[in-house]
Amino acid sequence: MTLIRISDDALALACGADAVAAAFAAAGCTVERVSSWGLHWLEPLVEVGGIGYGPMAPDDVSAVLAGTSTKSIGMIAEHPFIARQQRLTFARAGKTRPLSLDDYSATGGWAGLTRARSLSPDQVIAEVTQSGLRGRGGAGFPAGIKWKTVADAAASHKYVVCNADEGDSGTFADRMLMEGDPYHLIEGMTIAAYAVGASQGYIYVRSEYPHAITKLNQAIVLSADIIAPFRIEVRVGAGAYVCGEETSLLNSIEGKRGEVRAKPPLPAHQGLFGQPTVINNVLTLAAVPHILLEGGAAHYDSHGVARSKGTMPIQLTGNIKSGGLFETAFGITLHELIYDIGGGTASGRPVKAVQVGGPLGAYIHPDRFDLPFCYEEYAGVDALVGHGGIVVFDDTADMGRLARFAMQFCAAESCGKCTPCRIGSTRGVELIDRIRSSPRGADSVELLPQMHNARKAGRSREEDIALLEDLCETLKFGSLCALGGFTPYPVLSALKHWPEDFT
Amino acid sequence: MNSAARLAEILSANAGRAGPLLPILHDVQAAFGCIDRDAEAEIAEALNLSRAEVHGVVSFYHDFSAEADPRLVVQLCRAEACQARGVEEIVAAGERAAGERVCLKTVYCLGLCSVGPAARVGDALHARLDAAALVALIEAA
Repeated sequence: MTLIRISDDALALACGADAVAAAFAAAGCTVERVSSWGLHWLEPLVEVGGIGYGPMAPDDVSAVLAGTSTKSIGMIAEHPFIARQQRLTFARAGKTRPLSLDDYSATGGWAGLTRARSLSPDQVIAEVTQSGLRGRGGAGFPAGIKWKTVADAAASHKYVVCNADEGDSGTFADRMLMEGDPYHLIEGMTIAAYAVGASQGYIYVRSEYPHAITKLNQAIVLSADIIAPFRIEVRVGAGAYVCGEETSLLNSIEGKRGEVRAKPPLPAHQGLFGQPTVINNVLTLAAVPHILLEGGAAHYDSHGVARSKGTMPIQLTGNIKSGGLFETAFGITLHELIYDIGGGTASGRPVKAVQVGGPLGAYIHPDRFDLPFCYEEYAGVDALVGHGGIVVFDDTADMGRLARFAMQFCAAESCGKCTPCRIGSTRGVELIDRIRSSPRGADSVELLPQMHNARKAGRSREEDIALLEDLCETLKFGSLCALGGFTPYPVLSALKHWPEDFT
Repeated sequence: MNSAARLAEILSANAGRAGPLLPILHDVQAAFGCIDRDAEAEIAEALNLSRAEVHGVVSFYHDFSAEADPRLVVQLCRAEACQARGVEEIVAAGERAAGERVCLKTVYCLGLCSVGPAARVGDALHARLDAAALVALIEAA
């Protein structure tokens, strides 16, 4: 009986994987539901004896079984998109059944945890520090130092919290890992808990990811004995983007409004319920089991460039021909990612801009596609690596509209705690509208007699732009968290490189 | 089961949790389609909070609503990656198809950014939508 492997990842399901699986089952095949390879333009992707076929529709089933299908891509593992990657965190992608403990153990699962438990907590932290692992949520803070701070804090309770509130547009790596390899995240969290002395863990998942929530809940039950005495509970978000900010996430778990907390105190000192808390992104925690293997820390450290060590699961999205998950060492350029690997735009038109790092990331002009993927290099040009999401836009994109959207998004998602973000974002939308509709006179509110300080004469375009830049400065340096603080990046980068779109 | 008993059941099911408010609100929203004034008061009483505190949390999160909307909800992602793949060009057709019958809601990111435009109906996801596919989805909803 032919064995067919089809992903049950949410993205494959959205592309119709269930119907294809049912068609193979009806044809008498054994169908195994595995994680996704991350070759998203080929989903639903079907694997028969190592050979891939995609994108599949139920009608293609008979041709695949007869060996006459034109949708073959050859051996999946040898496909250039896969062969060029260095998959450490996503080593199992496409190969295992997500909830199978047998598959997980057979592919090296729990080896990191077993070795960690044979070491002292201090040694575990030393190895994480040695690996050079930095927070993958966007801030890039060294994971080992964070863990050390929590380990050194004296408290009766400590927590490990996994930030799985992956709200950035252009990112799905957390989702893929939680759905495709949930034990891997659980193992990483359990190692963190052992290292810092925590007994309770929480995974905070956004409500937009129902499939990930289901998989995690099942995986936690099935692996409870293995991770004991550590316990993990899934907490579901409620549609607030700002809850991806760590302190607002902690408030949300506590049952409060997802408002950002002022720092200090750091979560490592006073985090969840006021106790010392390790809070790390999914990808940070999922990098840990590999690092804790014999020689794993040195191996991890051998990847990457300068102070950006290890691998980054990069997500190629938006208007790109071959989109999907591309895990590789730091240092790769946008040019390689977009043209050599991604094949250019899906529409076939020229690339106009890419946004790296989610809605708060800068728009990067094709002139800078030589920029190596690395925290410091990006920071040097006012851009963000963020969570590794890359959104490609073709030449039909209106950068003025996208800049306005950045401000509008900030206004919609602001928690309201600090003034620059709460009010500045709305003023930003208005200002961009004015710039785009200039020349204009004073508006009706400004002309009211009680508006003593308002200018009665119209403002020139240059004056409005100066005002927008000034507002962005206030947002950048006056906001409590990255939502208000980074919204200027997409706005100012769009204004700088594509001023013609603001007329 | 009447609603008071259902609410009491939700409250007792979550009694042992640390930080139980969000899980309770999710359960109440799922059971009643909203979290109204009376439910807020009951929850506040059970958790030893003021109703203002509970209301503050309910009103903060996009997933919770004070009034039930009987219409079916279709969530359409309109974040940057779906914009890059042309979602803005199909919104108008979606709105026309939705009319008063279906609630077409904007969502920021379903994590399907390489195969957008994407939509969600309940727990079912749909990708690679064009105007015709979106209209068909809404009409079948």
